[in-house]
Amino acid sequence: MTALLASRGRSGLRDATRAEWTKFRTVRGWRVALALAAGLLVLFSYLQAHGKHTGYCTTPSPTSCVGGHPYVPDGAGGGAVADAYELASRSLAGDGTITARITSFSGRIWAGPSNEAPSLAHTRPGLAAWSKAGLMVTSSTRQGAAYAAVMATGAHGVRFQYDYTHDAPGLAGAVSPVAARWLRLTRTGDTITGYDSSDGTTWHRIGSARLVGLPSTVRVGLFTTSPNTYGGQATRATAAFDHIALRPSGDGPSAGAAATWRATSTGIGPRDFYTALGRGGERRHGETILVTGSGDIALAVADAGPDTASDSLLFGLVVAMIVLIVVAAMFATSEYRRGLILTTLAATPRRGRVLAAKAVVIGACGFAVGAVASAVAVPFAEHVMRANGNYIYPAGPLTVMRVIAGCGLLVALSAVAVLGLGTILRRSPVAILAGVVVFILPAFTGPGVLGGPGGGGSAVRWLYTVTPAAGFSVLGLLPRSPLVSFPYTMGNGYYPLPPWAGLLVLCAYVGTALAAAMMVLRRRDA
Amino acid sequence: MSAALAAEWTKLRTLGETWWLAAGVIAVALAASAAMLATTHISPGAPGGGSDPTKLALTGLDLAQAVVAVIAVVAVTEEYATGMIRVSLAAIPRREAVLGAKALTVAGLTVAAALPAVAGCLVVGRLLLPGAGIGPGHCYPLLSIAHGATLRAAVGAVMYLALIALLSLGVGAIVRDTATATGVVLALLYLPPLLALLIADPWRRHVEQIAPMTAGLAVEATRHLGSLPDAPWAGLGILGVWGVGALVAGGVVLRVRDA
Repeated sequence: MTALLASRGRSGLRDATRAEWTKFRTVRGWRVALALAAGLLVLFSYLQAHGKHTGYCTTPSPTSCVGGHPYVPDGAGGGAVADAYELASRSLAGDGTITARITSFSGRIWAGPSNEAPSLAHTRPGLAAWSKAGLMVTSSTRQGAAYAAVMATGAHGVRFQYDYTHDAPGLAGAVSPVAARWLRLTRTGDTITGYDSSDGTTWHRIGSARLVGLPSTVRVGLFTTSPNTYGGQATRATAAFDHIALRPSGDGPSAGAAATWRATSTGIGPRDFYTALGRGGERRHGETILVTGSGDIALAVADAGPDTASDSLLFGLVVAMIVLIVVAAMFATSEYRRGLILTTLAATPRRGRVLAAKAVVIGACGFAVGAVASAVAVPFAEHVMRANGNYIYPAGPLTVMRVIAGCGLLVALSAVAVLGLGTILRRSPVAILAGVVVFILPAFTGPGVLGGPGGGGSAVRWLYTVTPAAGFSVLGLLPRSPLVSFPYTMGNGYYPLPPWAGLLVLCAYVGTALAAAMMVLRRRDA
Repeated sequence: MSAALAAEWTKLRTLGETWWLAAGVIAVALAASAAMLATTHISPGAPGGGSDPTKLALTGLDLAQAVVAVIAVVAVTEEYATGMIRVSLAAIPRREAVLGAKALTVAGLTVAAALPAVAGCLVVGRLLLPGAGIGPGHCYPLLSIAHGATLRAAVGAVMYLALIALLSLGVGAIVRDTATATGVVLALLYLPPLLALLIADPWRRHVEQIAPMTAGLAVEATRHLGSLPDAPWAGLGILGVWGVGALVAGGVVLRVRDA
């Protein structure tokens, strides 16, 4: 009996859905509108992508300008990385251990105007929080190579890091002559292990890394790098290393400060994207080697350029949403106009089911329009943007599919919400007004609209966190890293919520609208 | 003509939605301005000192204009939806007169709602701007209607809303369907500024110069007039061209087409 009821319940919804689908597809204007929405999404994505050009100049004279973007290396983990540092290294065949003590770590911070290229002419003393100096094992000094390193930092104590994203904390506190830091790195096969010590006798293991496919001969040495501060000023750091010992396992001779260490500056050429302060270098004072460097060894965040595969979608998406909102409002209210609602409710007396069927139909149409159009628009726009010389953050196929599905859901959810509003209000203009204001308007109260720096910052974050505009978070593709001190704000292209959290916020609104519509439809005379 | 006006006024004031929407214009304007200013904090050291207190206080109108647009669209499209238009045209066979009377009544209602809305926004601005870091303590004068540019902005803002009403009425007369006309007007208002955010100069500037919203809102500016897409009154004039153009087009269509 229960099973029979359940099956009738399902077939009831199926019949109601078929009825609603028939009503929907037999209105020529709505079919045209759906096609129009999809076409406009693709068209505007193309136009937006077409308007983006990147070129850059190596010197102020315009003749040295070329199309294209600076070089952004791909890291060992597959993402875009910054890999700029100064290294004094020797080659190490097979296993071995390197030990050194850092006795001082200091730096300079660019203090000139932010629109000027940083130079050493205008600086103040200081370190960035993530300035790094320490020992490194790397497969090569090519950018993006696999590595593991143990290091002292500006404000995060001693760390063991490898392959740009992995990090483990060691001793806390800053380096000073009275609080020198001993560091040690050991290679055993593919495994690199990092140790620290405050006195050179008791050693503490921080962590280890398996670098699969590490060649048998690697570069091992002392490195220094210093990233931009949170405020975006370039920095440069100098570290003093002593008690240096590179000891191959077995019975090879140990190399100290007096040995030949090859100096390499990586990632600070004119074609590299990371802004460095001055040039790096090495100096020797007896048993001490001073290494000076600027740059970063970490994930590249939006500072590599703001473009992602989803960047050209926003405007077309908003246009498609407006079209679907209009169609959804008409779908909900036109039955009242024509009195068809009486027939509909006579045929399907369970009113909740009518509304559910309508939501299924308009939701499916919205999803199809959003997903199909963005599936065309994303690769197309990406191709156009690349042809214009733009750098686009690498995004895997799964991520791209997430954006495409997210666009479909965004269009579907906004249409379903307006369907609910239209059912409650029975009037299309007010439902459309509410839909456009609630769903679309926040999309362009962006940083540019709400005034200059500092202006509207919290308002924008608030809009994209608690209003239905949070759904636009599905477009977010820029990488974040806790190892990079950077303002991850709307102004720099970061949505405050992760994609699915934003979509859930939108779902909550849609659910509320639909539930209210359900209640009103049940209680009210048609 | 006075008979046509009386008829239109009766229709407009007896439409259930009209008064709710008119109240909505004022409520939305005040609420949006207050919310905007309450969440804005200009840090004293922000470069340029570039905030425009009057324009910030009137931000709520960016939203309230959508309500004005709906009032105007509904005023004409509802007649088609209910079939009332045939009665109206039978009673007054001079179709331009019908549309003209509609334009006058809707514009009149809009001005009546816009006056308290604009005045209220300025009061909200006077109260909240100092807290947002734009007040006498930060080298900005307190918002006052005695300030010539602010007075111009306030008068211009009221005219702006009236012109938006005319534009919407014209679109409504051309499109005839409520939902479609609402969608078209809102798209016409809000999409060009969004487009302008995404494209580069010189196209950005051209879009801002000719789009109804960005051009018309130039009249709200009191500072940095040189960086506006259009001069204040010229911008309002461009919106006027849009409004009158839409109305004339609507009139022509109404005249030549079967109702």
